Amino acid sequence: MSDEPTVRHHESVVTPAGEHDITDGGPDMVQFLDAEGNRLETNESNAPYAEIVEALTAEDGRAMYRDLVLVRRVDAEGHALQRQGELGLWPSLLGQEAAQVGAGRAMRPQDYAFPGYREHGVAWCKGVPPENLLGMFRGVNNGGWDSNENNFHLYTIVIGNQMLHATGYAMGIQRDGAVGTGDESRDAAVMAFTGDGGTAQGDYNEALVFAGVANAPVVFFVQNNQWAISEPNYKQFRIPPYLRARGFGFPGVRVDGNDVLASYAVSKAAMDAARAGQGPTLIEAFTYRMGAHTTSDDPTKYRIAAEVDIWREKDPIKRMRGFMEKNGHADQEFFDAVDAEADEIAARIRKACQEMPNPELPTMFDNIYVDEHPVVAAERDEFVAYHASFEGAGH
Amino acid sequence: MTTQKLTLAKGLNSGLRAAMEADPKVVLMGEDVGKLGGVFRITEGLQKDFGEDRVIDTPLAESGIVGTAIGLCLRGYRPVVEIQFDGFVYPAFDQIISQVSKMHARSLGALRLPMVIRIPYGGGIGAVEHHSESNEAYFAHTAGLRVVTCSDPGDAYWMMQQAIASDDPVIFYEPKRRYHERGEVDIDETAGAPLGLHQAAVRREGTDLTLVTYGPMVKTCLQAAEAAAAEGISLTVVDLRSLSPLDRPTVLDAVKKTGRAVVVHEASTFLGMGAELAALIQQECFYHLEAPVLRVGGYNIPYPPSRFEEEFLPNLDRVMDAVDRSLAF
Repeated sequence: MSDEPTVRHHESVVTPAGEHDITDGGPDMVQFLDAEGNRLETNESNAPYAEIVEALTAEDGRAMYRDLVLVRRVDAEGHALQRQGELGLWPSLLGQEAAQVGAGRAMRPQDYAFPGYREHGVAWCKGVPPENLLGMFRGVNNGGWDSNENNFHLYTIVIGNQMLHATGYAMGIQRDGAVGTGDESRDAAVMAFTGDGGTAQGDYNEALVFAGVANAPVVFFVQNNQWAISEPNYKQFRIPPYLRARGFGFPGVRVDGNDVLASYAVSKAAMDAARAGQGPTLIEAFTYRMGAHTTSDDPTKYRIAAEVDIWREKDPIKRMRGFMEKNGHADQEFFDAVDAEADEIAARIRKACQEMPNPELPTMFDNIYVDEHPVVAAERDEFVAYHASFEGAGH
Repeated sequence: MTTQKLTLAKGLNSGLRAAMEADPKVVLMGEDVGKLGGVFRITEGLQKDFGEDRVIDTPLAESGIVGTAIGLCLRGYRPVVEIQFDGFVYPAFDQIISQVSKMHARSLGALRLPMVIRIPYGGGIGAVEHHSESNEAYFAHTAGLRVVTCSDPGDAYWMMQQAIASDDPVIFYEPKRRYHERGEVDIDETAGAPLGLHQAAVRREGTDLTLVTYGPMVKTCLQAAEAAAAEGISLTVVDLRSLSPLDRPTVLDAVKKTGRAVVVHEASTFLGMGAELAALIQQECFYHLEAPVLRVGGYNIPYPPSRFEEEFLPNLDRVMDAVDRSLAF
C-alpha cells in the first residue's frame, strides 16, 4: 500500500551496528580457569600473566576464595536489608566478585581506588568495614568513610566522574616522585572503576586522554557486566572497551571477570607497570550482572532468563572452589569455616545497620564549607531556633 | 608601603607567582597556560620559572581539567584552574556542581578541595559568541562554592593569593575587559591584604543612593557617580568583591545610610545577583527604603552579537537612568 508510513512505531529506523556476543569474551580474553575450575593450558592470551599465577600459593588461593564468599555474603545482606526496609537502595555486585577481588588484591596499601558505587568487593579488599558502606544507602550520610584511611575514595554516583579524579590523583603521585623509584613501599598507582555504561561518558574518555598524555600511573578497570541498567553492550559502544585503549595510546586487556586468578594476574601486571612508570592500562573485565541494576530495577522487563542461566554456569565462586578441590588446596573444614565467617559478618553488618542512629538534624549544615559561611551559619541558627520554638508546645 | 603600578592582568600574574613561591603544592592548569601564558597572558612567564609540572598545559577538555584538579586536591595539591573563557565552563559544570561543591560535605569533612577556578568573564571586547558571558549566578547559587571577583589591580593581586589560600573551592571571576586597567598596588607582604576575601569595599561614599556592583561594572558605576556628582547627586558605590558569601553588613549599612539602592551587573537580571540583593535589601532595610530596589543588567536574552553589546551591557547612561527613576520615586 502506497500510503503506508515508512517509519513504524515499534521498529528502529537505525540499522544496529551488530549485536555483541554477551556470553563469550572471545579469544583475546585472558583466562586461567574454565567454568569448572580446570586450569587452562597456557595460550597466547594468558601467557604474559602465567608467571604471576604460578607464583600464587594454595594459601593465596584460599584467601581469594574467602574474599569471594565474604563479599558475596555482604552483598546479599545489603540486598536483604533493602528488602526489609532498612536501606533505601542497594546496588548488588552479584556475579562480579572475582573481577573486584582480583583487582582489589592487586593493590598495595599505598595504591588508591576510585570506585563507582558497586565496588563493595574492592572496598572489602582495601579494608573498608562493610557496614560503613550502608550509611549512604540508608540515607544517614552521603559517604560514611574517611577515604584516606584505606585509600578507597567515596562512592561516586554520577557515572564516570571518578575516572578523572583518579587520573588527577595519579598526576599528583607523579609530582610527589612516588612512581618509578623502585621502592616497593613508596611507588604508588591508582585504580579507577566503572562499568560498560561508563565508557560512553565524556569524563571517561577525557580521563583516558589525560592519563595517556601524562603517562599517569592509573589503571582503568572497566567491569563489563553487559548491562547498563536496561541497555546491552551494543547500545553503549561499537567496539569493546579493551580495543579502544589503543586509540588512547596505552594497552587494553580483556580478562575473564569471573576468573579471580585471571583478574588478579592482569591487574597486578598493570599496577606493577603503572607503579614502575610505564603509564596507564585499561582492563576490561568481561563479566555479568547477575542481579538487577539496583533494588529499584526489574530486569525481567528487558532480558531473558536463559541468558542469566548461561552466566550462572560461569559462577566465580563455584569455579574457584572447583579449582581448589581438584588441586587439594582446601578441605571441607576450610569451606565450612568460611561459610561460618560469612554468617558472622552478615549478622554483624545487619546489627550495625539496624543500630545506625539517625543523624542529629542540625548536622546537615555541617561541613558545607571548611571555613564558616555566614548564610549556612545563619540558617543553622534559625533552624535550631525554629525547632526549639516547638518544645513544650505539645507538637 | 611598597607600591607598584600594575595592570589588573599583571596583578593576577603577580598574585599567582607569589602564591606559587609561597607554597610548592600550588599548580596551575589549563589550556595554553604554559608557553603561551594563556590567551590573556595571565600566566605569562610562570611555566618558564616553575616548570611544566607546576604549570600544566592540559588537553582541551574543561571537565577533564576540573576533574583531574579534584584528584590533585585529593593528593594534597592546590590547583589553580584556568577556564579560557566564561562560555567554555559548561563542559566542567557537572564536575563543579556534582563534585567540587559537594565533596567536603559528602566526606563529612574529611576531604577538602582547595582549588581555584579562574574564569575571565563579561563582555565589552567585541568578541564572538560564548566569549562575553557573565554566568556567576549559576555558581553563587551552589552551596559549597565560594565565588569572588576583582575589579582593580590591587584586588587582583591580593584576592588571587587569598583564594588560593582558601581551603574551600573558589570560583574566581576576572573582568576581562578591565585586564589592562592600571593602578597602584601595595605589595607589602608584612602589611598583607587590605581586605578579607569575602569583604565588600565601599569605593565611594555618598548620601543619596547606593550603587551595588562588582567586577567590570565597578568602573562604570564610579564613572556614573562622578557624572552624578556634577548634577549634585551623591552616590555610594559598593564593590561586592565576593558574590558568595555576600558581605551583608557592608551592603546593608550602605543602603540604610542612603535609603535607595540600584544593583548593577552585566549578567541578565532574571534570577541574577541583583535579584538576591534586592530580596536581601528589602528584607533587612525595609523601613530605611525610600524607593524600590532597582536593577540594571544585561537584557534577558542570550548574549547578543557584539555590534549590539554597547546597548546590551549596562553603561553610564543606563545606570544614571535607574538612579533618576529611584530618586523620582
